[in-house]
Amino acid sequence: MNFGLSDDEKALQETARKFAREVMRPQAAHCDETSTFPKDIIEAASDLGLMNMTIPAQFGGMELPHVAQAIVAEEISWGCAGMATSMIANDLALLPIIIGGSQEQKERLLRPFTTGFKLVSFALTEPGAGSDVAGLRCTARREGDFYVVNGTKQWITNGEYADQFTLFCTTDPSKKHKGLMCLAVEGRPAGLTIGKHENKMGQRASNTVTLTFEDVKVPLANRIGQEGEGFLIAMSTLDNSRPLTAMFAIGLARAAMEHAIDYSKQRQQFGKPIAEFQAIQFMIADMGADIEAARLLTYKSAWLLDDGQRNTLVSSYAKRFAADMGMKATTDAVQIFGGSGYSREYPVEKLMRDAKLIQIYEGTSQVQRLVIARELLKGA
Amino acid sequence: MPLKILVTAKRVEDSESKIKVNPAGNGIVGEGLKYKINPFDEIGVEEALRLVAKHGGEVVVVSIGTKDVHEQLRHALAMGANRAVWVNHTGPMDQLGVAACLQKVVEKEKPDLALLGKQAIDDDQNQVGQYLAEWLGWAQATFASKEESLESEAEKSKTPAIKLAADGKSISVVREVDGGLQTVESPLPCVATTELRLNQPRYASLPGIMKAKSKPIEELTPAALGVDMAPRLTVTKMVPPPARKAGIKVPDVATLIEKLKNEAKAL
Repeated sequence: MNFGLSDDEKALQETARKFAREVMRPQAAHCDETSTFPKDIIEAASDLGLMNMTIPAQFGGMELPHVAQAIVAEEISWGCAGMATSMIANDLALLPIIIGGSQEQKERLLRPFTTGFKLVSFALTEPGAGSDVAGLRCTARREGDFYVVNGTKQWITNGEYADQFTLFCTTDPSKKHKGLMCLAVEGRPAGLTIGKHENKMGQRASNTVTLTFEDVKVPLANRIGQEGEGFLIAMSTLDNSRPLTAMFAIGLARAAMEHAIDYSKQRQQFGKPIAEFQAIQFMIADMGADIEAARLLTYKSAWLLDDGQRNTLVSSYAKRFAADMGMKATTDAVQIFGGSGYSREYPVEKLMRDAKLIQIYEGTSQVQRLVIARELLKGA
Repeated sequence: MPLKILVTAKRVEDSESKIKVNPAGNGIVGEGLKYKINPFDEIGVEEALRLVAKHGGEVVVVSIGTKDVHEQLRHALAMGANRAVWVNHTGPMDQLGVAACLQKVVEKEKPDLALLGKQAIDDDQNQVGQYLAEWLGWAQATFASKEESLESEAEKSKTPAIKLAADGKSISVVREVDGGLQTVESPLPCVATTELRLNQPRYASLPGIMKAKSKPIEELTPAALGVDMAPRLTVTKMVPPPARKAGIKVPDVATLIEKLKNEAKAL
């Protein structure tokens, strides 16, 4: 067993950390306040290789191991979780193509992301289908060499700016998960309407929209995998991405702990810094222990993938534990800041709002518990 | 005309680390310290990469020390340097030993330009570039800076501040000197050292880091180069700077002026 980072991992971490500190952090409060998508920062991140990390070397990508991706995810989330969500959205949306696409599709749909700045959105959730993925209602009807798509997709990250969409739809809603299919939608085909940017509680730097498909024609050549394979592709994508989402919670929690430590050493009450009171110390101690535990669990969930093993159970452990931990740590940081913590003049309330989303997206903490219970009970 | 540029990458303590003097009072506590490439050297790497992007050529990075310096060499390679030279040396070294080593590496590599940080941020000697130029018998252009600001278009477009003459036989360097800027011209080959305002170094990109793994690092030793690294200097005493005293409040302007004149001697 080895808990140390390799030289490469340290170097990647250093670049991500520097970018987070020097480029993301200075703009984080402004983008949060104004709900602005910082396209220039996202483009700079893409140029540096902090996006599209999963693309195989064969198609011009870096094919970064999952552990290395996780290391990057922690740092960029420390910089700004909203921007981090927009950055990692490309990897989330490219994974279905990597998992289920043909050689020809990979060459055509992945390679352009390695030669220039492009955004792609993962479109799974619908107004009526969140945790219940198999209940989605966006339909695709085969007509010759095309599918005709009708339906609505909700909470779609980067949708307004995306050059491509990875769409999950159904050929027959009555077939439930066996009817699901994945399509790559390029550009802005006729019939696709992009809704307005959502006014969210947190992660406000990330662009989030609704997509409406009205008789949108998608070429058969852009079907990823077969009809009926959509559910499997979506689930195995989420197995791959859960460690990254878990790392977002860890980056946020680490930022919260650092702010809490700095503030508690400066803030004087009863004639001494509040860091000298056990009530404060215990909250900080819990943050430190919980962050370390979450990080190790998440590294393991990523390592299992690098080792070629199924990671469904451990990645759900990691996402569940880290998301809930991130919520607690950021809430406690607000508590340590007291009244100032509740003010937008200080940085911690943003972290608390940002952390809430991690308990919700890419499988809620409740869905993670369902997955965990199912895995544990079937194994016994 | 393609340029061959030799740049340095000294391993120094990260300025974010907390530096403490050791109990013996002759050095610092190494435990728990983080290290990085000397920021002035990093500026040198950036300038070299810009020059080579414009004129063609090769950037060779050199560092002296234990295998730990591979971290700094890899950083320069990840930024885009072509290859590295590692002078494997364990133990203390002073500016004379370092300059002697670099002289031998320069004589072996025969670059058109040796580009060094003006000083390293660990002991801030500001001597190696000057020694190196003297011993090679080359011209030197120290404290290379530029007229434009770090927010200028020239900086954004990564234009090299060191200008190569049309015939490729000399360079012109804007130097930062007391009271302003001075432009000097120097025939090649020469030694230049970098000032803080020369450029803003690029980040090592993730693809760059992955590519750096397959770039060659040549190993040399001071013995093979015929250099005696035994320090001529010994540190006899090292003390931390005095702790900052708490401020005081003065009752009126007259007292303030009196104190500025007589105590602080600032007026």
